[in-house]
Amino acid sequence: MSVGTPIDRIEGRLKVTGAADYASDRILDGMLYGVPVGSTIAAGRVLRVDATDALAVPGVVAVYDHTNIGTLHSHGSSSLKTGIVDEHRAPLSGDDVQYYGQYVALVVAQTLEAATEGAAFVHVTYAPGAVHNAPITTDEGERKVGSHRGNPDKAFAASAITVDQTYRTPVETHNPIELHATVAAWEGDSVTLYETSQAVVNHQRVLAQMLGVSLDKVRVFTHYLGSGFGGKLWPWAQSPLAAAAARRLGQPVKIVVTREQMFMNVGHRPQTVQRVRISADADGRLTSLQHDSTNHTNMLDDYDENCSEATTYFYSVPNLRVTSGLAKRNVGSPTSMRGPGAVPGLFATESALDELAVALNMDPLALRLRNVPQRDEGLDIPFTSCHVGECYELGAKKFGWQQRTAAVGSMQRDGMILGWGMAGCSWIADRLDCEVRVELNPDSARVFCATQDIGTGTYTMLAQIASDALGIPVGHISVSIGDSSLPPGPMSGGSMATASVIPPTIAACKDALHKRKSASAEETVVGYGRSDGTFGGEPKKSSHSFGAHFIEVTWQPEIARLRVRRVVTVIDGGRIINPKTARNQIEGAIVFGVGMALFEETRYDPRTAAPLNRNFADYVVASNADHPSMDVTFLDYPDYDLNPLGARGVGEIGLAGIAAAITSAVHHATGVRVRDLPVSIEDLLAP
Amino acid sequence: MTRVADVDEALHARQAAPAQYVAGGTTLIDLMRQDVERPERVIAINRLALRTIDAAAGGGLVLGALATNSEVAHHPRVRSEYRVLSEAILSGATTQIRNMATTAGNLLQRTRCIYFRDPHAACNKREPGSGCPAITGFNRNLAVLGTSDHCIATNPSDQNVALTALEATIEVRSAAGSRTIPIDKFYLLPADTPQRETSLQPGELIVAVTLPPMSGWRSHYLKLRDRQSYEFALASAAVAVQLDGSTIAGVRIALGGVGTIPWRAPAAEAALRGKTASRDAFREAAEIALRDARPQSDNGFKIELAKRCLTQALLEVTA
Ligand SMILES: Cc1cc2nc3c(=O)[nH]c(=O)nc-3n(C[C@H](O)[C@H](O)[C@H](O)COP(=O)(O)OP(=O)(O)OC[C@H]3O[C@@H](n4cnc5c(N)ncnc54)[C@H](O)[C@@H]3O)c2cc1C
Ligand code: SF4
Repeated sequence: MSVGTPIDRIEGRLKVTGAADYASDRILDGMLYGVPVGSTIAAGRVLRVDATDALAVPGVVAVYDHTNIGTLHSHGSSSLKTGIVDEHRAPLSGDDVQYYGQYVALVVAQTLEAATEGAAFVHVTYAPGAVHNAPITTDEGERKVGSHRGNPDKAFAASAITVDQTYRTPVETHNPIELHATVAAWEGDSVTLYETSQAVVNHQRVLAQMLGVSLDKVRVFTHYLGSGFGGKLWPWAQSPLAAAAARRLGQPVKIVVTREQMFMNVGHRPQTVQRVRISADADGRLTSLQHDSTNHTNMLDDYDENCSEATTYFYSVPNLRVTSGLAKRNVGSPTSMRGPGAVPGLFATESALDELAVALNMDPLALRLRNVPQRDEGLDIPFTSCHVGECYELGAKKFGWQQRTAAVGSMQRDGMILGWGMAGCSWIADRLDCEVRVELNPDSARVFCATQDIGTGTYTMLAQIASDALGIPVGHISVSIGDSSLPPGPMSGGSMATASVIPPTIAACKDALHKRKSASAEETVVGYGRSDGTFGGEPKKSSHSFGAHFIEVTWQPEIARLRVRRVVTVIDGGRIINPKTARNQIEGAIVFGVGMALFEETRYDPRTAAPLNRNFADYVVASNADHPSMDVTFLDYPDYDLNPLGARGVGEIGLAGIAAAITSAVHHATGVRVRDLPVSIEDLLAP
Repeated sequence: MTRVADVDEALHARQAAPAQYVAGGTTLIDLMRQDVERPERVIAINRLALRTIDAAAGGGLVLGALATNSEVAHHPRVRSEYRVLSEAILSGATTQIRNMATTAGNLLQRTRCIYFRDPHAACNKREPGSGCPAITGFNRNLAVLGTSDHCIATNPSDQNVALTALEATIEVRSAAGSRTIPIDKFYLLPADTPQRETSLQPGELIVAVTLPPMSGWRSHYLKLRDRQSYEFALASAAVAVQLDGSTIAGVRIALGGVGTIPWRAPAAEAALRGKTASRDAFREAAEIALRDARPQSDNGFKIELAKRCLTQALLEVTA
């Protein structure tokens, strides 16, 4: 059995030797380089784009703006079938400017250097408009009721013990180490796109529409991805721009987005403001929960963060209402960032629970255990498999939680004050449509699917699944993914890829083995498998992953230094296909969470709405020295309702709850309750 | 770009036409790429025989202008006699950057003010007279000491704070000859000319930095920031003390991350001289050191942070 064993990545050698071909590594004959020019206003109109000086730079071959790029179609409504995109409008499709950095021109040249220099010599004249950039509020936008049960207002009013607080999370920018990139090459009326995509099939659908060609004329490759965190789920403007320029010039065009542009043109987690009202009886049983959230979105699209993703089912509570609204601002489009919705949402609700525990004078762990749900009360259906109570109990045991003394600042070690905090977490578990082809040779096999490996281990996992299904060692299985011409597979998003590929891979292997019986021994036989998704449907059972985090921080008031030292995490994520790649996901998410809790915030100038800290010196993420010691456990209970191996996904759940667990520990150490992330030195210095 | 082989050639090349020297390039090349610095020509001085660290007559140490930050920080005499300098350098940047960065280049590194580094923003330092958007905008990482109505940018260096506490001198050469500039005469307050940062004259080449002898002194650098490593200081303190039992016979204090220049604190030093080392005495000195601090909209916390930083640095160096 290979499934369940911690084998190394099968493509690991290619990656550490530099042989893995990432999109921006691609160099084609006659290839030109595109550098987009970003707007230096956040709202208004482009009056004139003067390309004279740019065209005079040796090596520059063309400068495009909204008057001469040709026809690019804006994308219609997003759906899994028609393709999803967050910034619907095609680049350079009008003279209006809606956010700082919006592409207003594209310089194409024979070298990257010439294109970069040319871009500096494009002179754009603007008519600036009023900038909408004010902080967002909880009652903003048309309020949408997401879920409602009982009478939360009445229950809240009747409760002696209540918490009513507002929490804020800032704009966070994905910043995978690999920059977004596109290399577009036309042959006749067909285009090949080498992309940084978490969803090659979706990318093909969207680009076909934007370019006005049929689906079979677009082929998208993403062999390897230097991570995406959701920022590469949907196409961004550099992709249609590169394709449009390549079509006009009859030569391949490469565009690699710069690190600065990563902060403006390829999405971000929107800022959120969330009011949570929660009440309990004297024993700590929840009597009501209300969660009202708003997130910002750009002027032209309606990106909904869905902060209440987990609120409706994660707690047993008879009276509940969640509402949401959108606040239009002059920013680039937000997009999914690792754990969209649940991650900011659980920061708010789990923080409120921590505050409720203080109000009740009750241990926060005991409060969680008292309110563990037995079924999905939001949809009023049973869970497929839920072991959140065990996550809490095992995590507490491994952490040594029973040693905790409740009073603020009461625990010390090595002259430092300790803070201990905890929080729960949850994330969706679903499947997407998926088809798989398996070619079976006498003693080897190849698996084909138009999904992709975004660094999470999809290559390896597919080989492991096929290895077990075929009875062939993993070393004899090769995997072809990251090519939209293969049998359509799932996006790598929502932690759904693993669960989605399992049923059709097993089916295709069985089909191949069956065909093998009636074929000669030397012949290659081909098996097919497909399965329909569960995502977006009306489920009879509720399938989710769960977990718990326990955190230790140290606090040195004499130098205002706060550090996260120790994290114990227990995850109920179904059957684990590969404990090594799975642990890698959770540990990475914990470090991500340290950044979210303590450092990360994209700051905008209040006047110009320009993102200010758009570089790695000023946008602070956790450094290696900020990594805590991490102890990760998987409960490994299979969820057979989801697929025959009982696997869910673990890419996102590890991030949910971390920030709340850290602010819980910060409160325990310092007495300061931080409701507005990130926790800053100035918060802790405040008297 | 011109490559030169010795100091005279460098000075000749510089005299021939306006140009900027480049050493490790970790400041200058970054800023050229961002279109903030626009030299007509650069003179690469890496081949000059200035990558040296030698004993000075009279017991001090001479750091050649091209000695890298790593070489200085790990030099045995720096580690033992000038610990504050070793600690300061190692608290900054990363190993890779310190391997490239030079002693002279570090002296002249530019501010990290976000608006200074964005050529589309106004900035009095970059374009005199265009205005200072930091005063009314984002200024969390900027200065509370030595600011003016024209500029509040911080000198971001760690090295230069240590050199200030060590009373280093800077040896420069030009076509006109040589001169020595004490570090407290090297940096200029922004006043109404924030574009002028040092007393170096156009074309002058830094050839060395001299550290005076420090026998009988102990020294220490403490740097505070959001994350554990690879970030500029929000507040830092370079301290050196001579103790007579528990009495403070001599003391030097310089603050980083809070001043528009590496910030010497003479009044705090005077208050400590002759006192018994104690937390109270140190806190009192810290209050004096920050007495004239002027908070901006986002950086008021730096005043308390710097006080705690200095108090703790003095406690640690006297422990
Ligand atoms: C990502 C990053 C993080 C950093 N973090 C820190 C930090 O935490 N703390 C810190 O203190 N610093 C930090 N630095 C700054 C770093 O220390 C400086 O960039 C470096 O010291 C500059 O030295 P250099 O030799 O590369 O200078 P260069 O870039 O070569 O030159 C800088 C300036 O000095 C001039 N110059 C150089 N040599 C001479 C000479 N001999 N005579 C006259 N003029 C000369 C040049 O003309 C130029 O104007 C960081 C830098 C980067 C890029
Ligand atoms: S503080 Fe100084 S460097 Fe920053 S914007 Fe103002 S003038 Fe420019």
